[in-house]
Amino acid sequence: MLKYTEEHEWLKIEGDVATVGITPYATVQLGDLVFIELPKVGSKLKKGAPAAVVESVKVASDVFAPLDGDVVEVNKHVVSDPTVVTNDPLGGGWLYKIKLANVADIGTLLDAAAYAERTG
Amino acid sequence: MSGRDDLPTELRQTPLHFRHLSLGARMVPFAGYDMPVQYEKGIIDEHLWTRARAGLFDISHMGPAALKADDGRHETVARALEALVPADITGLKRGQQRYTQLLNENGGIVDDLMVTRPLSSEEDGTLLLVLNASRKDIDGVHIKRYLASHVRFKPLSDLALIALQGPEAAHVLKSVWPHAAELKFMHAVRGEIGGYPCHICRSGYTGEDGFEISVEAQNAAGLWDTLMKFEAVRPCGLGARDSLRLEAGLCLYGHELDEQTSPIEAGLVWSIQKGRRHTAGFPGAERILREVSEGPPRIRVGIMPAGRAPARDGTAILSNDGNEIGIITSGGYSPSLKRPVAMGYVDPSHSGPGTPVKLIVRGSSLDASIVPLPFVPHAYFRG
Repeated sequence: MLKYTEEHEWLKIEGDVATVGITPYATVQLGDLVFIELPKVGSKLKKGAPAAVVESVKVASDVFAPLDGDVVEVNKHVVSDPTVVTNDPLGGGWLYKIKLANVADIGTLLDAAAYAERTG
Repeated sequence: MSGRDDLPTELRQTPLHFRHLSLGARMVPFAGYDMPVQYEKGIIDEHLWTRARAGLFDISHMGPAALKADDGRHETVARALEALVPADITGLKRGQQRYTQLLNENGGIVDDLMVTRPLSSEEDGTLLLVLNASRKDIDGVHIKRYLASHVRFKPLSDLALIALQGPEAAHVLKSVWPHAAELKFMHAVRGEIGGYPCHICRSGYTGEDGFEISVEAQNAAGLWDTLMKFEAVRPCGLGARDSLRLEAGLCLYGHELDEQTSPIEAGLVWSIQKGRRHTAGFPGAERILREVSEGPPRIRVGIMPAGRAPARDGTAILSNDGNEIGIITSGGYSPSLKRPVAMGYVDPSHSGPGTPVKLIVRGSSLDASIVPLPFVPHAYFRG
């Protein structure tokens, strides 16, 4: 089950762990990615605070934490090859996994239909 | 995700707007225009294509303009412009082009521009200017304010500008305009391309051989289509234009250049010909000539971050012992070198190539070093 945020992130939720990435819409807007910085495993994320950075040729963009939680895993492949995110944003291009502080918070996220409506 | 621009309501369009849309360009606001930042293949592909083959750029947002002397004499119009810029304009030969800067009273840069003396003797007394999109309105006011009364400034807003850049640019252009091979770097001539009357300059903003072509707006799409027919030519947006000029170590107004920065700080002393350094007589000459002899208080340099993180405009530059010595003015990713590169200003005592510096990126101190410009050697056609 994929959930989305207004800031163009997707979350795949399994139990109390969410895998987080950026949406295909976001990758098209960004263009070629050349650098990705991910949070450290074990760091605490606060909803709305910068969690990761994705940089295109032209611009650096923050990826904000979609919910409160602790980082339990990061995708080192996208750090060594950022084009994976551009080419496969919903699969191999995932960014990090967080253990959610409050699983009930997923109710605040958008479902696929609501996200699609926002991105036209 | 952040950094999305909200579209202002009243964006201007170039005569090639529909071409960009039909090519699948991603359009962004730039200097009041709705401009293509990239086409479907993306900035890196367009950048590398221009370095290897030929890129086609719509630069119609820029500001072509003419200066005309009432008496039709070159010396009259040249002297009038020399009151505003530090380059030798009087000595321009027919058909020659020069890069210079409009200066304010303090020797700061109001804009940087190309100045061309038309080839035909019938056009004596006229100079053709190309001003920056973001500055052309300000420039118009500035120029009119300081211009001698017997010389007229006129924006040529009915012209479109198209740049063809890259190692195959001359070969491509020769197929539709036989004189392409003969035109020298920083020279210009009128000609007909695909039946359209054009003014063709051999120059550009990528570090490659290439041409900047002005054409009546009504013929812009026809000229664009004529050049797009070649397999070697692909459309390129403002994204690639910016990464190409950064690799070539070329200044961008609003980044390396502004009303406080002098041409000497910007490393543009080569654009002030010797004669003018002796006679002065341009705005801010006192400061500029002092900086020529004593050295400027800060100087533009190339900066190579050691790691993979780009350092953007506004990044603080520190000496190895932690003192702030400068700031980055343009920074991004070099598709040719496949690593981040930047330009900025530092204290001259830290400007030597190889000097280690630190860059403060998102609170972290990153290793970098001062390097010579350009990052990628220029490949201009020297005939």
